[in-house]
Amino acid sequence: MITLVDYDAGNIRSVGNALSRLGAEYELTADPARIAAASKVILPGVGNAAEAMEHLRERGLCEVIRNLRVPVLGICVGLQVLCKSSEEGPVNCLGIFDARIRRFPENPEAKVPHMGWNNIGNLETKLFKDLPGGSYVYFVHSYYPELCPDTIATCRHGETLLSAALRWENFYGTQFHPEKSGSAGAAILQNFLAL
Amino acid sequence: MVAKRIIPCLDVKDGQVVKGINFEGLREVGDAVEMGAQYAREGADELVYLDISASREGRRTFAALVEKIAERIDIPFTVGGGIGSLEDAARLLEAGADKVSVNSAALARPQLISELAGKYGSQFVVVAIDAKQLEGQWICTTHGGSRFTERELYSWAREAQERGAGEILFTSMDHDGTKAGYACDVYARLCSNLSIPVIASGGAGSVQDIVDVLTIGKADAALAASIFHYGTLPIPVLKQALKNANVNVR
Repeated sequence: MITLVDYDAGNIRSVGNALSRLGAEYELTADPARIAAASKVILPGVGNAAEAMEHLRERGLCEVIRNLRVPVLGICVGLQVLCKSSEEGPVNCLGIFDARIRRFPENPEAKVPHMGWNNIGNLETKLFKDLPGGSYVYFVHSYYPELCPDTIATCRHGETLLSAALRWENFYGTQFHPEKSGSAGAAILQNFLAL
Repeated sequence: MVAKRIIPCLDVKDGQVVKGINFEGLREVGDAVEMGAQYAREGADELVYLDISASREGRRTFAALVEKIAERIDIPFTVGGGIGSLEDAARLLEAGADKVSVNSAALARPQLISELAGKYGSQFVVVAIDAKQLEGQWICTTHGGSRFTERELYSWAREAQERGAGEILFTSMDHDGTKAGYACDVYARLCSNLSIPVIASGGAGSVQDIVDVLTIGKADAALAASIFHYGTLPIPVLKQALKNANVNVR
């Protein structure tokens, strides 16, 4: 059973649908007790990091999430709230990953939002098991996680080399959307389910 | 580098994909969910579903269909057709759509773009523009190209961007359904005027047409319908041809 955190951050249904396609059962909840007792947790998301942090605070979920010791996957804004801070707001985040979330620089050759299929490289950890370097995944975001010691996948957008994924202990995060990334995305979600 | 996208467009009426020439003479071509799933499997980068039913009943059927599409399809998809308010868009978002495209309603009330972008973010809002040449100018049209508006293409696209549109989907009504190639010069100019992605639509007849609009036309994505629906150009064949032409595709 996968626990999806309900914090009003967009595409929860898409992630649920992707889990169903993999034959995984899930529950959607904002209940701190249920999240604390979960065996695997996903923080989905699309949207604004400052708003997402506000929603986590209102629901009393910040400490619950920080204290999780089961595998956790943050997707897009779900990854961003697990970082140190975001220039979107600006806002302080949960501080699990050692990265700041930065605004993409102006560059006519690299449009913002960074939207569409881009390839990822330097793949590390079991999250990317059997996934070839250079695989394409789907991104939609205007702010990005910088490179840091927790980086487990990178991606280039214009001049910017960003963290496409991060990991610290039991916490994983993808800036891209595995639930919208076709067979590559399904493989990544399957790897998370197998952790 | 972000890859150039190939987007099959599915016009849906009462749950069935239909396709006409110059927006007339509709013909049923298949089941909307099955066709979309097949395109996704074959390597389509995104899908666009346009609801062309005119009735309220048709609209309800479409919202139910969007749920089924979202359950099945593992790539992003945009829905459009008849979206006139935040409520219409919210219903489709909840059903699982990744983006909505607005067209006539945005021309009638440009504030709609600002409202959608403000509430759901720019990545959710595609502004579709159907334009036609009239005395040397590209004029925006509504009702499938049958009615001219007061708006000119380039300034309207710019305003849409400033109001928060995340992408522009421009269809040349002069090229749509002709299979004689895209309006490459218009896309090149649109792309140099805008900082958001531009999706080209209308006129695809061959691999070369798609290569041209993604290179000479500088478009970020190419949308087409008939060449995919009738099997003229299978997506894997197109993707390989684009790679051979050094176009960055997935």
